[in-house]
Amino acid sequence: MTAITRAEVEHLARLARLQLSADELDHYAGQLDVILQSVARVAEVTADDIPPTSHPIPVENVYRDDVARPGLDRAEIAAGAPAWEDDRFRVPRILDEE
Amino acid sequence: MAAMEGDLVRQEAAVLARAIAEGEVSAEEVTRAHLDRIDAVDERVHAFLQITGDAALEAARAVDRKRSEGIPLGPLAGVPIAVKDVLTMRGVPTTCGSRVLEGWRPPYDSAVVERLRAADMIMLGKTNMDEFAMGSSTEHSAYGPTHNPWDLDRIPGGSGGGSAAALAAFEAPLAIGSDTGGSIRQPAAVTGTVGVKPTYGGVSRYGLIALASSLDQAGPCARTVMDTALLHAAIAGHDARDSTSIDAPVQDVVAAAKRGDVRGMRIGLVKELGGDGYQAGVSQRFNEAVEILTSLGAEVIEVSCPNFEYALAAYYLILPSEASSNLARFDGMRYGLRVGDDGQHSVEEVMALTREAGFGAEVKRRIMIGTYALSSGYYDAYYGQAQKVRTLITRDFNAAFEKVDVLISPTAPTTAFKIGDKVDDPIAMYLNDIATIPVNLAGNTAMSLPVGLAPEDGLPVGLQIMAPPMADDRLYLVGSALEEALVDRWGHLLIEEAPEL
Repeated sequence: MTAITRAEVEHLARLARLQLSADELDHYAGQLDVILQSVARVAEVTADDIPPTSHPIPVENVYRDDVARPGLDRAEIAAGAPAWEDDRFRVPRILDEE
Repeated sequence: MAAMEGDLVRQEAAVLARAIAEGEVSAEEVTRAHLDRIDAVDERVHAFLQITGDAALEAARAVDRKRSEGIPLGPLAGVPIAVKDVLTMRGVPTTCGSRVLEGWRPPYDSAVVERLRAADMIMLGKTNMDEFAMGSSTEHSAYGPTHNPWDLDRIPGGSGGGSAAALAAFEAPLAIGSDTGGSIRQPAAVTGTVGVKPTYGGVSRYGLIALASSLDQAGPCARTVMDTALLHAAIAGHDARDSTSIDAPVQDVVAAAKRGDVRGMRIGLVKELGGDGYQAGVSQRFNEAVEILTSLGAEVIEVSCPNFEYALAAYYLILPSEASSNLARFDGMRYGLRVGDDGQHSVEEVMALTREAGFGAEVKRRIMIGTYALSSGYYDAYYGQAQKVRTLITRDFNAAFEKVDVLISPTAPTTAFKIGDKVDDPIAMYLNDIATIPVNLAGNTAMSLPVGLAPEDGLPVGLQIMAPPMADDRLYLVGSALEEALVDRWGHLLIEEAPEL
């Protein structure tokens, strides 16, 4: 029995914004299937009454005092940006053609 | 210069710090010796991705100036250190071993780097790692593998193989690692060095590029237990910029390392972490260490943690889930690589092309596994169930720590394997972390220290000590006592047996 098909891997790649090649899809489909079948073992533990743990130590929201602090250096951020124009990040077009 | 006869690069950090403080040697000389060593061996070891020689020498001269002016210095002032490339360092390329961040210069220092600067330590550069810390061999670095100084054809462990190899190759006396599922401890085990994963929240994650936020923890790496303690003390403590940072005093790990005593301690041997699946020489050296602990006055009993059997499966759901979310930030818009920005492709297409080109195979696998586990229809069966297993593992630890003070196991099931052996076999690679993962899931603290060479291959074996959260000092009490007994037996540290490069 397979846990995941090639078509599902293609869908996942789209959700995860990964433009995989056909060869990669073939390769990963097999590997992801093996991994998922292996980790599916967690279902063997009957745990209806067990609370989930999202975090190893209990966390509460932490607020800091509402005091202005210096931010990061603008010029350094601009230098690290893939494209910078008019003192802003330049990004590709947002809307599709159609 | 009496204390400093012999090779500066083979000295312990504590010895170097004392010699610098007493003026027997300058910080600049110590730094230069390590840079020369890197120059001589790193072409073969490839522990470093970036070497910041000029900045290091400048920082060393500043320490020497402070000393000559009588300004008080910290306990590790002037001592060189290597920093895993997962931590941001302002103005110095920080890549996480990924093409997607190639050449990126962070506009800020991570909290750990800030602390190292404040301690007047000398950062030599950034060390190699599996891409975004995903791996157990450092073969998943986009910049090529690191080689184990014990045998250059073998892996140095991972993800922090660069930091561990830098120590084992005498390129640095101290290093910083990060441990999400064993990335400090497993490299320590296979390189004959020491590494500690502090209690979750013990060291600030500010500026530690996130893999799995509920598991990640930066920590100290060194060649001795005492050096590890000194570095632990230098980087631990509360930081308001990390909301999970523990706001409580840090245990006195240095005092514990000085004391090194297991008399009257109860030590639990985890039944599920040993036996079948563990290499013969690993089990042999581990069992010998157990005998030593008993002879030193500890009471060793077997303890069962039945749900540890499911830890690996739960981890390889929780980690990819968190990673798929954390790595969404690498979209080619604000920093790092951008591919396909030709005026034709839309922003979504540019993101997908960038991530396809910028991420390696293991990162893609884990992002897709995580995306799958978090998607509707599968969430309860995979991620939800894994979180419940996490609760059960924590309960196993709690029950065990009612009976014993610390738990022990081999750190890794095998010694260092050959480069290439497991690189495209994810399940085989994941099994390296079988003994280290439970600690991350529960947020505990753990140490790996060397306990000998496996007779069949002559490669280092590590023993893992696990303690409850906020009891990091117990690792050092046990680790230091065991190390002292082993050094008595061997006549030197195990690392002295590493071949000349």
